[in-house]
Amino acid sequence: MPASPTASPAESPTVALFVTCLVDLFRPSVGFAAVKLLEQAGCTVEVPSAQACCGQPGYNSGDRESAQAIAKGVIAAFEGYDYVVAPSGSCGGMIAKHYPELFAGEPVWQPRAEALAAKTHELVSFLVDIRGMTAVGSRLEAVCAYHDSCSSLREMKVQAQPRLLLQSVDGLALRELEAPEVCCGFGGAFCVKYPDISNAMVADKTADIAQTGADTVLAGDLGCLMNIAGKLSREGSKIRAWHVAEVLAGVEAPPIAQAEAPGSRGGGGPGDGP
Amino acid sequence: MTELSPARFNEQAAAALKDAPLQRALGNMRVGFIEKRRKAAEKLPEFEALRDAGVAIKTHTLAHLDLYLEAWEQKVVDGGGRVHWARDAEEGRRIVLDICRAASARTVTKGKSMIGEEMHLNPFLEAHGIEPVETDLGEYIIQLRRETPSHIIAPAIHVNKEQVADAFREHHTGLPPDRALDEGPDLLAEARTQLRDRFIAADVGITGANFLVAETGSSIIVTNEGNGDLTQTLPRVHIVLASLEKIVPTLEDATTLMRLLARSATGQEMSVYTTVSTGPRREGDPDGPAEYHVILLDNGRSDLYGTEFQEVFRCIRCGACLNHCPVYGAIGGHAYGTVYPGPIGKVLSPALMGIDAAGKLPNASSFCGRCEEVCPMRIPLPKLMRHWREEEFGRKLSPAAVRRGLGLWAWAVRRPALYRFGARFAIAGMAFLGRRRGHLKALPLAGGWTAHRNLPAPQGGTFHDLWRRRKSNRRRDRR
Amino acid sequence: MSAREAILGALRQRLDRDADDGAGAKAVAERLSAHGRNPIPQRGQLDRAGRIGLFEDYAAEADATVARVAAAGDVPAAVADFLKRHNLPANLVRAPDADLDAIPWDSQPTLTLEARKAEEPDAVSVTAAFGGVAETGTLVLVSGGDNPTMLNFLPENHIVVLWADRISGDYEAQWAALRERYGEGALPRTVTLVTGPSRSADIEQTIQLGAHGPRRLHIVIVDERA
Repeated sequence: MPASPTASPAESPTVALFVTCLVDLFRPSVGFAAVKLLEQAGCTVEVPSAQACCGQPGYNSGDRESAQAIAKGVIAAFEGYDYVVAPSGSCGGMIAKHYPELFAGEPVWQPRAEALAAKTHELVSFLVDIRGMTAVGSRLEAVCAYHDSCSSLREMKVQAQPRLLLQSVDGLALRELEAPEVCCGFGGAFCVKYPDISNAMVADKTADIAQTGADTVLAGDLGCLMNIAGKLSREGSKIRAWHVAEVLAGVEAPPIAQAEAPGSRGGGGPGDGP
Repeated sequence: MTELSPARFNEQAAAALKDAPLQRALGNMRVGFIEKRRKAAEKLPEFEALRDAGVAIKTHTLAHLDLYLEAWEQKVVDGGGRVHWARDAEEGRRIVLDICRAASARTVTKGKSMIGEEMHLNPFLEAHGIEPVETDLGEYIIQLRRETPSHIIAPAIHVNKEQVADAFREHHTGLPPDRALDEGPDLLAEARTQLRDRFIAADVGITGANFLVAETGSSIIVTNEGNGDLTQTLPRVHIVLASLEKIVPTLEDATTLMRLLARSATGQEMSVYTTVSTGPRREGDPDGPAEYHVILLDNGRSDLYGTEFQEVFRCIRCGACLNHCPVYGAIGGHAYGTVYPGPIGKVLSPALMGIDAAGKLPNASSFCGRCEEVCPMRIPLPKLMRHWREEEFGRKLSPAAVRRGLGLWAWAVRRPALYRFGARFAIAGMAFLGRRRGHLKALPLAGGWTAHRNLPAPQGGTFHDLWRRRKSNRRRDRR
Repeated sequence: MSAREAILGALRQRLDRDADDGAGAKAVAERLSAHGRNPIPQRGQLDRAGRIGLFEDYAAEADATVARVAAAGDVPAAVADFLKRHNLPANLVRAPDADLDAIPWDSQPTLTLEARKAEEPDAVSVTAAFGGVAETGTLVLVSGGDNPTMLNFLPENHIVVLWADRISGDYEAQWAALRERYGEGALPRTVTLVTGPSRSADIEQTIQLGAHGPRRLHIVIVDERA
């Protein structure tokens, strides 16, 4: 899809970043990478402070009431911007696909949920589909396997976009998994509620990653990445894991679950960056 | 063997993960079915349009189900068949027994029927002195092993060929000890010989139905082996076991669903045998049953019409959701402890057994959505599982610890400033613990995670704190 | 209350049937008589030669073997060929079907045929197809006095004679032909769609032919009507 000529206001839309709770708590560098990419794509980025979580844990646990209460807070905080972008297909999908469902039949909130849903995007697909980005200027010496998170792939239709941008990363070679459409076993609370089943699933995933010969695994959802990187780390694997946004923006932090980025300076807080 | 139960899902799943022969068998499934379905769907450009048409057919039919059932019943009766309505499994079993007794039946051959499983028919017939003989090869194997099906279209998918040979040696009296049963063809030939005599000797044949056709009063069965046809033609009495939602209006409608069924199930263009049966033997027919009965089972279904769960009745039992489910692929079918395993079972079982009995099942999903993606009838299985979770949560059936945790989480998340205040400390602590390696090997309250994987350490500082600092730095620089 | 009344009553209540003023009944009656067509795959929508070719391709893909002959008079030789190729006995059982009656079986003196229903241990049967569906290489077999059902299932080898003019692109054309022969809303006791020989993959997901039905399915397509 070409850059949307109708993006309004076309030149420099204001994008509200939905940080996601995992990025906020575990990996702020993903948030800063997202900001950098959005600014490269000509957007003005705002980070509404009235955000914590999209409500998915409650929604998927059958606690519809809590999910609705949280969703109302998110809608109110984000509906005033041109776009809402999340560095996650899962949280993006919650807002874009499930909020309208959550308020189905409610006269006030359903239209507001639908309006927000219509302008909510997963980060990489937003860059490519809405902002027309076709290349980035970053560099990483790596053979990468890309993991499609289930919600990115199925709910947000993210598949070609990250691959397109990754091909432009200097020094990076892409390898395809044998079963890229299979879940890694994260599934939010699933991985702690059903640890043994989740473990079998993530073990299949790390085996698939290893058989590609890749030295790096990338994905667009931090939940999957923490699961995969945590398993790789437990297995003693040297394979590195980053969020795709970090690689597209230029890696500034050590790989997930590892202490140091090989060949790069370690530790430097991304918040101290330019 | 302890009786399998959905209440013991976690224990059964843990056992399945350690069951080496089962894991080997599941490995075969994951490569076979998935690749074949993909190729079959790609080969038919109209596949997606057929899915839409299939959904439309079922949606229309379900909205007029009472009327179609009446129209179909009239046609069955006009053609000399009989229709028996059964509210529940017990009523269904009684009807089967009455028909068998009227026919003075001693042995009954059975084609594959999930409704028969739902009715727990075999133990009941045995208890009443009637021997049921399963004739689908997979069903026959598990009957010898005293097991239930572990897959709705491949009931013995969990069994390896050595185990089949063992079962045959144990049960086939007169089998010479030196007879080779090492390879598939040996086993198939042995089963064919054994079952041929049973087909001919049976007094009653019981089959399921893939579809009931209102236009003609027909039942349709789909098989690859031909066992269903031998079952329903050779004995004097044919009993069809079906549930309410099997009905379709016309032959054209059945055809559309047939075009989806085999491709979604096994990746075949068409199953080998699709037989449309209408009533008993006609005048001048040299073979075929003298009596044709259909037992129509409700078993809790009518309660779900008009609710959000109604969509599940579009299911045509292809098994694609099982084949593509990573949870099913990890643990197989028995761990679910229900007649219907896999994603469709997670939605159907709480309906048939009650959410208090089967509540664990709709929870055991990562919501990856692959089941919905491949379901030919586009049943929103994750959404329906979520509805069951809501029902469970609303009736306070979910575990107390989970409810308390969720309550605390929801309370905090709705107060972002307070949430951030607390998070700051938790994150700083974890970051400190994991600073050297970049991960944590164990953490209190995170045993579910760290049993199998390390926990990536937080980088230190929340994004929101760092962002605020960066913004104030920028402002200061500008000054 | 009978189970029938209980179940139908529950459905009527759930579906709010009392409120629909007969619109539901009208919709059902229309649908049942209209035989409306759903999407039909393009691939079978070919001319006669194309349909026959497609039928042959898909039948072969389903592990059937196909012989094509010009006229009914050539069928016995094709049957003898098949028997010889697989080293099968020359005594056959065949359906007492008028079209099969008209075939000059005597032209192959080695063949002996009995026209009757199947019994154990018949090894080879010959039946006539009602039609064929090019879309998937599927035979349409109907039961009746002239075509006993078990001939299609009991013997290990099944030979089916199919007249080329009965090969349609899709299944829908076969339903229309059946309605023409048997009447609206009526069917013979069984209509069996057969796509290849019997098989099972129940042992370790490996396909093996000849599970309970025929191990071999041989289709003889006859181009011209006598």
